[in-house]
Amino acid sequence: MGIEGIGARVLRKEDKRFITGAGRYTDDHKIAGMHFAAFVRSPHAYAKIKKINIKEASKMSGVAGIFNGKELTGDGIGNIICGWMVHSKDGSPMNMGAWSALATEYVRYVGDAVAVVIAESLEEAQAAAEAVEVDYKVLKAVVTAEQAMGLKAPQLHPEAKNNVIFDWEIGEEDATDAAFAKAANVVELDIRNNRLVPNPMEPRSALVQYDAAEDHFTLHTTSQNPHVARLVLSAFYQVAPENKLRVIAPDVGGGFGAKIYIYPEEIVCLWAAKRAGVAAVKWTADRSESFLTDAHGRDHFSKAKMAFDKNNKITGFKIETLANLGAYMSLFSSSVPTYLYATLLSGQYNIPNIHCNVKTVYTNTVPVDAYRGAGRPEATYLVERMMTTAARQLGVDPAELRRNNFIQEFPHQTPVIMAYDAGDFGASLDAAMAEIKYSDFEKRRKKSAKNGMLRGIGMSCYIEACGIAPSAAVGSLGAGVGLWESAEVRVNPVGTVEVLTGSHSHGQGHETTFAQLVTERFGLPKDNVQIVHGDTDKVQFGMGTYGSRSGAVGMSAIEKALDKVEAKAKKIAAHMLEAAEGDIEIKDGEVMVKGTDKKLGWHEVCLGAYTGHNLPEGMEPGLKEGAFYDPTNFTFPAGCYICEVEVDPNTGVTTIEKFVAADDFGKIINPMIVEGQVHGGLAQGIGQAMMENAVYDDDGQLLSASYMDYTMPRADNLPNFHVSTTETLCPGNPLGIKGCGEAGAIGSPPAVINAITDAIGHNNLTMPASPQNVWAAINDGGMAEAAE
Amino acid sequence: MYDTNYHRAKDAADAGKKLRACDDGMYLSGGMTLLPTMKQRLAAPSDLIDLTYIKDMNKIEVKGKEVTIGATATHAEVATHAKLAKVCPSLAGLAAHIGDPHVRNRGTIGGSIANNDPAADYPSAMLALGATIITNKRKMKAEKFFTGMFDTALAEDEFVKAVSFMAPKRGAYAKFPNPASRYAMAGVYVADHGKGDVRVGVTGASQGGVYRPKDMEKALSKSFEPGSLEGCKVDEGDMLSDIHGSSAYRANLVKVMAKRAVVAAAG
Ligand SMILES: Cc1cc2nc3c(=O)[nH]c(=O)nc-3n(C[C@H](O)[C@H](O)[C@H](O)COP(=O)(O)OP(=O)(O)OC[C@H]3O[C@@H](n4cnc5c(N)ncnc54)[C@H](O)[C@@H]3O)c2cc1C
Repeated sequence: MGIEGIGARVLRKEDKRFITGAGRYTDDHKIAGMHFAAFVRSPHAYAKIKKINIKEASKMSGVAGIFNGKELTGDGIGNIICGWMVHSKDGSPMNMGAWSALATEYVRYVGDAVAVVIAESLEEAQAAAEAVEVDYKVLKAVVTAEQAMGLKAPQLHPEAKNNVIFDWEIGEEDATDAAFAKAANVVELDIRNNRLVPNPMEPRSALVQYDAAEDHFTLHTTSQNPHVARLVLSAFYQVAPENKLRVIAPDVGGGFGAKIYIYPEEIVCLWAAKRAGVAAVKWTADRSESFLTDAHGRDHFSKAKMAFDKNNKITGFKIETLANLGAYMSLFSSSVPTYLYATLLSGQYNIPNIHCNVKTVYTNTVPVDAYRGAGRPEATYLVERMMTTAARQLGVDPAELRRNNFIQEFPHQTPVIMAYDAGDFGASLDAAMAEIKYSDFEKRRKKSAKNGMLRGIGMSCYIEACGIAPSAAVGSLGAGVGLWESAEVRVNPVGTVEVLTGSHSHGQGHETTFAQLVTERFGLPKDNVQIVHGDTDKVQFGMGTYGSRSGAVGMSAIEKALDKVEAKAKKIAAHMLEAAEGDIEIKDGEVMVKGTDKKLGWHEVCLGAYTGHNLPEGMEPGLKEGAFYDPTNFTFPAGCYICEVEVDPNTGVTTIEKFVAADDFGKIINPMIVEGQVHGGLAQGIGQAMMENAVYDDDGQLLSASYMDYTMPRADNLPNFHVSTTETLCPGNPLGIKGCGEAGAIGSPPAVINAITDAIGHNNLTMPASPQNVWAAINDGGMAEAAE
Repeated sequence: MYDTNYHRAKDAADAGKKLRACDDGMYLSGGMTLLPTMKQRLAAPSDLIDLTYIKDMNKIEVKGKEVTIGATATHAEVATHAKLAKVCPSLAGLAAHIGDPHVRNRGTIGGSIANNDPAADYPSAMLALGATIITNKRKMKAEKFFTGMFDTALAEDEFVKAVSFMAPKRGAYAKFPNPASRYAMAGVYVADHGKGDVRVGVTGASQGGVYRPKDMEKALSKSFEPGSLEGCKVDEGDMLSDIHGSSAYRANLVKVMAKRAVVAAAG
């Protein structure tokens, strides 16, 4: 591997600028003549807009323009799309309501944008926005999915009767029912997956530069996928044709899914800059706007039951899920509770029959879309809570019930689309159990009990699907785009290398790990390699970063391009060294003829490629190759997490005493970065399990709308993590990579909740297991049993 | 933030004069509460009169058991004052756990008690320590000073200059932090002044703001041990309720924290 190649713990190249404050985020960019946008937002969850009065506001100092939704649609700006078509089980297409970037007739959630003010300074824009008078007729709102389907519920969109967007199913219902009819035991579980606010450190931001002479736009924005943003902005929102729109996603401070989507603010700033006739417009969300308008995550309620035969083998799994999609359908909102969720309901287990029914509904809340894990945490939470609940009901050890049902042979076709390609679930279970000293747990429980504390242990054997995904496959399931990735490797005449990638790094460390591929291949120091990403003028096209796809898909494209560069470099070297191409070897920055002392420096071959003085007959000069990589399958990271907690029955405060993660991510390029991804994922998963909760009141006001009320996990809430990996290579891509970006957030919530329910002795606990909720659960009963 | 005018008060008299001279002025100390509110455009004072440049108003004096803390002493200064830590470690410990280092290095005791946030820590200590609040106009006992949530006896142009108290024989503060904000969700300050005089200040929990639970004080005055609190009842009906803690949960916390404070003080 070399000291900087594949498998090396190379420090992150990008960290110098990040930790010295030299990063360049969207809001750091300034343009002469720059104006500022401030949005007039609805204070009501549901209301009809009667009148917008801008008389006073438009006279205020610095104001260049105030625009509303009717003007926006009047200028031909298209409605916001959902990029994944899902059909109901009766074959009808999803019932999608219209979403205009500025509301035209109705506002449907608190924070819905009604108008925009463009002014010379931010203060002037805010002052004028406050002076815009909107006359609303307030309507009764609905905030939960259960209530939204009620007979008397307010109707949000004429397209969606009873607010139902679609009623979808997967798997064979009859066969599953038959399995239940024959079951020796049936275990039932109702389960809620709490709603989360994504909270990237950097709030969303957009900076539009409009060149009137060229009628050309440049948009700097906080995007995980600038090319997709450009495609959608031009093809659907008609702000400008693609060749007149450059999208740059510079340094981006975290995304977690929330920065995949193209939001109203970017669309409005592009349109308003031109309409107001100003050179540039900047908007940066304040933290309150982030809470109110970033797409939220999760928010499922499910009823599930699992059938077992007399040998405790699972014979059937049946689930009904209700998913709250908020007020409008965000870009990938339809895929999250369907193809990204229900396809993982087989977990790590051999389950012959699965049926899942998913209803999605509109409510007067901010749109819900993919958030770290996207559907897979919801599936894992359901499966893994079910397994532990079943083990308790059947009276067997949770580890043994799992082991008894593990899939042992690969490839394995599940009844819910996914075909698992490789894995060794027993290996990660064994590793995690050994690390946490599972067999000694009862001793530790007794010791805690002596101190009046309740101790519990819980596990989660998760599997998830990354590397999204073969384009034809996702196309057949309704995706509006292909999910390949592109790369270009540009070797300079002096031998340094630029790698242009369609992946986008917003915390993942691509500038380091992607460079390690080049280092491995040619033996160049990583500092001779520059990773270029996030600019539609530089990188031809790409699908961006989400779903832990940049390793499995993005790096595969780079590998393919490197193959081509290597092949051409070898041809050139063979010609220059008068040797057979097959005898050329590239190592440690040198190009040599195997078994001889004949060699050239890498830079000499590169220079040769560019001088063109001595190239093989007919060869084009230069050394630059591109590749597109379309994955052959999803990849399937899997692992086992075990959590041990101590609960203070007096206060409900739960302390994580130990947390063990044993993951199988396939090939690992940089273990340090992978550990960082796991740590971050675990922090988010534990955050969901014990702290984070987006709460709306009955009127649709977000109660947890700031850090005073939204509990973000902090360092002192978390233990030192014990992380390790086992490795089965992914057979589907050249490097054998599976992906590691979301596993921590996917696998951890059920481990934590299984541990706490073990401690308190019953299952009557909802996420998040905040001190209050745990205390209430203990006082609901079952405490004496647990404390024994 | 709306436009505002900033003034620095030279001395106490100057501060009052400056405030009276402006339209809708407010005193400013650490700004840890006031500035975020202004940034959110929820407060719009025409003028700010900064008290923190008034000479010696941040002084902490300890003479035997007699403690005086100037209003602009920061939480960090209170937390790290060696003499104070000796005579009244519970107050230094309380200050050390307010907010985060930024907040502790800017926020002041005067600002905190003047704001009388129902979840703030200091008010409970002022009650339990039997503190006297010294303003630019008068002196009053803490009971008189705190008049309800976010409410004090301070007049328009009146400000806190200092607080003073006699250090108790023993004392402790037990705080249950709100998981999100880490302000007190139930904070109980127990001070044993000797000769059967035990005072208890409870913050974070009650709808009426900081208060003294008389039954707990009575029980502890008889016997200063956690078991004495067993029979005391915290009325759920008086408690705050929000997404982090129902009134029942808060009532429970008050009792649990009170016991823990007694254990810590006795220990
Ligand atoms: C992130 C964060 C966490 C926090 N956590 C806690 C916590 O855990 N516990 C806790 O108790 N507090 C907490 N606080 C509040 C903190 O202690 C503040 O410092 C305090 O509440 C106000 O003090 P200040 O000096 O900053 O006052 P300022 O913000 O300057 O003023 C607050 C109010 O008091 C008035 N005022 C200021 N000084 C005086 C004076 N001398 N006389 C009369 N009126 C005056 C002002 O006009 C204003 O109305 C936190 C604050 C933040 C930002």
